[in-house]
Amino acid sequence: MPDLRLRVNGRQEVLSAQPQVSLLDALREYLGLTGTKKGCDQGACGACTVLVDGVRIVSCLTLAVQYEDREITTIEGVDHPLQEAFVRHDGLQCGYCTSGQICSAIGMLAEHKEGAPSAATEHLAVTGGELTAAEIRERMSGNICRCGAYNGIVDAIREVAP
Amino acid sequence: MKTFAYVRAADVDTALQSITSEPRAKFLAGGTNLVDLMREGIERPETVIDITRLPLDEIEELADGRLRIGALVRNSRLAADPLIRTRYPMLSQAILHGASGQLRNMATVGGNLLQRTRCLYFYDEASACNKREPGAGCAALEGFNRGNAVLGTSDHCVATHPSDMAVALAALDATVEVKSTRGTRNIALTEFHRLPGATPHLETELDADELITAVELPVLPVAANSRFRKVRDRVSYAFALVSVAAAMEVGEDGTIGAIRLALGGVGTKPWRAYEAEQVLLGAAATEETFHRAAEAELASATGLSGNSFKIDLARRTIVAVLRQLLTDGSAA
Repeated sequence: MPDLRLRVNGRQEVLSAQPQVSLLDALREYLGLTGTKKGCDQGACGACTVLVDGVRIVSCLTLAVQYEDREITTIEGVDHPLQEAFVRHDGLQCGYCTSGQICSAIGMLAEHKEGAPSAATEHLAVTGGELTAAEIRERMSGNICRCGAYNGIVDAIREVAP
Repeated sequence: MKTFAYVRAADVDTALQSITSEPRAKFLAGGTNLVDLMREGIERPETVIDITRLPLDEIEELADGRLRIGALVRNSRLAADPLIRTRYPMLSQAILHGASGQLRNMATVGGNLLQRTRCLYFYDEASACNKREPGAGCAALEGFNRGNAVLGTSDHCVATHPSDMAVALAALDATVEVKSTRGTRNIALTEFHRLPGATPHLETELDADELITAVELPVLPVAANSRFRKVRDRVSYAFALVSVAAAMEVGEDGTIGAIRLALGGVGTKPWRAYEAEQVLLGAAATEETFHRAAEAELASATGLSGNSFKIDLARRTIVAVLRQLLTDGSAA
């Protein structure tokens, strides 16, 4: 089997894996980083969200081999005020979606900071609008919480957002 | 997932040579649709040519004012581009109304054009589907067809084209640049996707050895006053039941000087509404005209057991968007 070089949470990893192995399976099954969760395995739930060079993606719909030599960050490599905020605001019940929610929120905050609009942004020509609850809900719609802890999730993100 | 050989293309020429020498190869970019289809066994390439490291990720303003968008520009970056937001706002809105933040960060412009239908029976290998298996029949005709198309359908296929972005590109008269070892050619976006007819497995004009390298937008002043509206079952992260992309310019005499209109969620391909445009162009910008245009476009629509509601929904959405553009235009 071919060697695969992945840079995860600042560490250089080498694993033997076929090219059909998804980034999600590489993280969980080959590197033992089980903080990233497998929900639907088809890009619909967001539980497997990780950051690549600071950009949020779903790790299930991508081949690990495509991300060789990129900087991958999973929840194990995250140290962010959002984590405490999720606890304070009850942004979870069972916790299965939480690692994906937090990685997604970190990516989302960076996107907003760079001026990226969303479908909830009324005036596209204006950048840097306020990150309202409506904006957060729209921008986080790729992360499903089956327990329905959405109000707590939005509150946690609002607390941390600048 | 079936095993395959993985090739990472270093440059465009190598990618084109690889696809020419490997007839059962597929290009892989963002992966958001192809990886899923491979996992489901619907796509079974023997070789996957990873094109994500090709230098096709720039948005460039050409000397004559046209915009050239590299095929590997991610959807999120295109939607956030300042020139797109001000000159072609419907395109930003269309992209932002599709998928989720994570998927838009992965999906590319070229890949978006090639994404395949989400018709339930196309995805279900136990069901008959002429698109998946030519000649097998179409389970959607008598099945759960709420999401299926009402325009451009045939007895063989009623699958809806899923893209939001392509609806805006159809309205904007975009062109698609494709390359192969045989050369380069440009295809109008409105001609890029095929109607299903008797061959629904043939979805685009792209030949098996061709690579989409760019999408170009013409200089189109009317597009500055444009909007995309999407009607769906959830407020976010759901495919369109109906979408409307429209740009309109109304002169001081109250007549429509320029119009671009396209529909999504209702067509077997991104649906440029030429019939409606013909009614609108040069006519008075009134509710009566908008209704007449919507009638004209949907006159040829055919509903199935579960999706006839889309015909009226499309009419009403067209009128609502044109009404909004009239207000936006007079406020500007």
